[in-house]
Amino acid sequence: MAISLKINGEKHQVDADPDTPLLWAIRDHLDMTGTKFGCGIASCGACTVHLNGQAVRSCVLPISVIGDQEITTIEGLSSREGKAIQAAWDELAVVQCGYCQSGQIMSATALLENNASPNDADIDAALSGNICRCSTYTRIRAAVKHASQTISVKEV
Amino acid sequence: MRDIKESNTSDVTSISRRVFFKKSATIGAGFTLAMTLPGCVAFESNLNAVSGELTANAFVRISPDNAVTIIIKHIEFGQGTFTGLATIAAEEMDADWGQIVSEAAPANRKLYANLHWGTQGTGGSTAIANSYMQMREAGASARYMLVAAAAQRWSVPVDQITVSKGIVSHQSGVSASFGELAEAASNQSVPKKVYLKDPKDFTLIGRDNLSRKDLGKTDGTAIFTQDVKLPGMLTALVAHPPRFGAKVKSFSDKKAKALNGVVNVVEIPSGVAVIADTFWNAKKGRDALVIDWDFSKAMTESSAQQMQRYREAGNEDGLTAHTQGDLGEAFKGAVKIVEADYEFPYLAHATMEPMNCVVQITDDGVEVWNGSQSPTGDQLGIAAALWMLPGNVKVNTLFAGGSFGRRANKNADYVVETALIAKEHGQSVPIKLVWTREDDTNSGYFRPMYLHKLRAGLDSNGKIIAWQHKIIGQSVMSDSVYAAFIKNGIDGSSVEGATSLPYSIPNFEVKLNTVESQVPVLWWRSVGSTHTAYSTEVFMDELAAAAGQDPVAFRRAHLGDDPRYKAVLDLVIEKSGWDNALPDGKSRGVAIHKSFGSYVAQVAELVLDHKGGYKVDKVVCAVDCGVAINPDIIRAQMEGGIGYGLSPALMSEITIDNGAVVESNFDTHRVVRMRDMPGVDVHIIASSEPPTGVGEPATPVIAPAVANALFAHSGKARHKLPLGQKV
Repeated sequence: MAISLKINGEKHQVDADPDTPLLWAIRDHLDMTGTKFGCGIASCGACTVHLNGQAVRSCVLPISVIGDQEITTIEGLSSREGKAIQAAWDELAVVQCGYCQSGQIMSATALLENNASPNDADIDAALSGNICRCSTYTRIRAAVKHASQTISVKEV
Repeated sequence: MRDIKESNTSDVTSISRRVFFKKSATIGAGFTLAMTLPGCVAFESNLNAVSGELTANAFVRISPDNAVTIIIKHIEFGQGTFTGLATIAAEEMDADWGQIVSEAAPANRKLYANLHWGTQGTGGSTAIANSYMQMREAGASARYMLVAAAAQRWSVPVDQITVSKGIVSHQSGVSASFGELAEAASNQSVPKKVYLKDPKDFTLIGRDNLSRKDLGKTDGTAIFTQDVKLPGMLTALVAHPPRFGAKVKSFSDKKAKALNGVVNVVEIPSGVAVIADTFWNAKKGRDALVIDWDFSKAMTESSAQQMQRYREAGNEDGLTAHTQGDLGEAFKGAVKIVEADYEFPYLAHATMEPMNCVVQITDDGVEVWNGSQSPTGDQLGIAAALWMLPGNVKVNTLFAGGSFGRRANKNADYVVETALIAKEHGQSVPIKLVWTREDDTNSGYFRPMYLHKLRAGLDSNGKIIAWQHKIIGQSVMSDSVYAAFIKNGIDGSSVEGATSLPYSIPNFEVKLNTVESQVPVLWWRSVGSTHTAYSTEVFMDELAAAAGQDPVAFRRAHLGDDPRYKAVLDLVIEKSGWDNALPDGKSRGVAIHKSFGSYVAQVAELVLDHKGGYKVDKVVCAVDCGVAINPDIIRAQMEGGIGYGLSPALMSEITIDNGAVVESNFDTHRVVRMRDMPGVDVHIIASSEPPTGVGEPATPVIAPAVANALFAHSGKARHKLPLGQKV
């Protein structure tokens, strides 16, 4: 039985078992591969997407429980905060291998959308669920702050 | 050896690369160089020239649309090869950075071998070091052909032509882009000698703000192996033996095959593979397998029992890896003798992208998609497993989501596993093997477990007069083609970093007791230095304490003739403010180590809390890696290398119980996260020495720096990793 999902503003029908995690529906059924598989137990954050604007781990979210909630993946990231985060990532050359960075960017964007000027403790709390084995953490921290500043400058 | 012709002389002399660099650094001038590029003499081509394009050599291709494609023979897995190697070629071409595109090279030993090894592969932090002259030649050669084409077109002498930012110009006012000249340049002959720039004229090398060339990593468009999608492709998961050394006795796939999407179940030497239309269906199929394992040859030992076995082996004499002076006499003359044992657990690479690979076998041969750290090794592994010629195995090297040595497997393990599944399944269908995180953590390969025994004697002035170091552990090189590198029973990678101390000690010996285990082992970011830097540098602080000296003063008093150690130590001491007193609630430690030709010194500063815990708050790092090609990538590698080394310093380990790995996922196999990461302040020594590696050398230095900070605080030396969360 096909299950309906609303991803990046578009309706999709996914013909998969109801227990299929959203991650695999996105990747294997809808061919959007920006969202990554890292652990399968919501422990590394590589699979982070937004569900109604909140960062969630798609690897443990069965497609049967989502209903008509809005899903945003890295491919559909279009908010002001999201664009500022991506630009800051590029400007500060955050990325190394890059595999975790879709998830990092989704978590960082959700943070900025909820908290326009996060401090170090806020960043620790919001991003400690996203592992980066290249340890780009120092640059991620700096880039979140940089993105926050670029948005506030534009607002002034 | 290369033939070098200095531009201001007519003598052609054959001198070593090192001598050349010293010489060129002294003269500070450009020079002409006889071409040595493999692609220049007999260009073979899987890089078939397209009409209108210039394929200048195996590394540079220029298309009429003005794109300059640099072929990158080293995998990009975060260490910056797509940017760094392109910088070097673009520099000699005088290309515009904006027109540069980087592309992964195919597997081709003749064209793309690592010049330090002879096979195509990335590791030992050699990408820049072995490619520096090669990429300069490649760029200079392409430039030569463009200039020759322009001279011919405009009927002017070549020496009246200048090139800047991708534009070829003549003083008369005519100019052309590289793209406009590409076709004409393709009719020019490849030069036999090229002129290389004087380093003072570099405009790209050493520049700090070059954009990266590994694109698509902030918008999800970069393609990793996990993202490969081919027509008809199926996904395979493998049930591996639950204990090392176990085998499949029998299995039932009845329940698995009844599930949605499960296409086939095949037995392979490493387990039972379930093949399905999607990952999730393959995983459910694997969960439904009923397997009866043969444990008759399975490992039964625990890592604790294994360490006990190492301690017993440590009482035996061992093989001599290095010896100088008269140790026995020196110990007799010592006024104080200090002894310490250090224990190191197994470590997992734990790349963010778990092991995976795509293989398709057709009548024409085999095609592989993989983030391979060792393309020709994987090519040979598959060829051997499938009984075919390596030339029939085409390897597509993709970005890898981390590797740290894991994707340069000495037995091409997961790559061969994929090929065998594809072969068993047949039907020319592309198979994507995916390891889950648990598979990745449980199956190996691992950095070996080690025991180090150190013993040193001090004289009445507090000078070390005797140093004996014994290392007990498995050999990384054994059980593979690399066993040929084991000389007289000594695997050099087991003792590297121990046999070449920064310190001048007259009586000095390193012994090795190689032991066996069924646990599969492999190199892990910075290899031998992961343990030798720790034991030697923590021991130095224990000796300094025994001599009643400051750790920095003690190190300075023992440094040998190599001034580069002193320079990084002095720089890190200055930048960390070591000579200023620390406020209460803080502690700091220092360590220095050279690996892969690069010198690194670090000071770790800890913040101590009231509950006996601590946080590594700040790390100051000084590095001398010769010519700094991309300073920002060097900084990034120091930051990342420190973070990577901090996991095993503080919390990561792989333990074994009854022949099985205890940890399984990131809940039990703990690694450094955002909240654990210190601030990192990197300082690069200005140098005209040949460039050396930056991917690994920061990693081994952080653990001893942190341990020494704990020792400074508590007076209790730390003899076992990981250090844990308490002071």
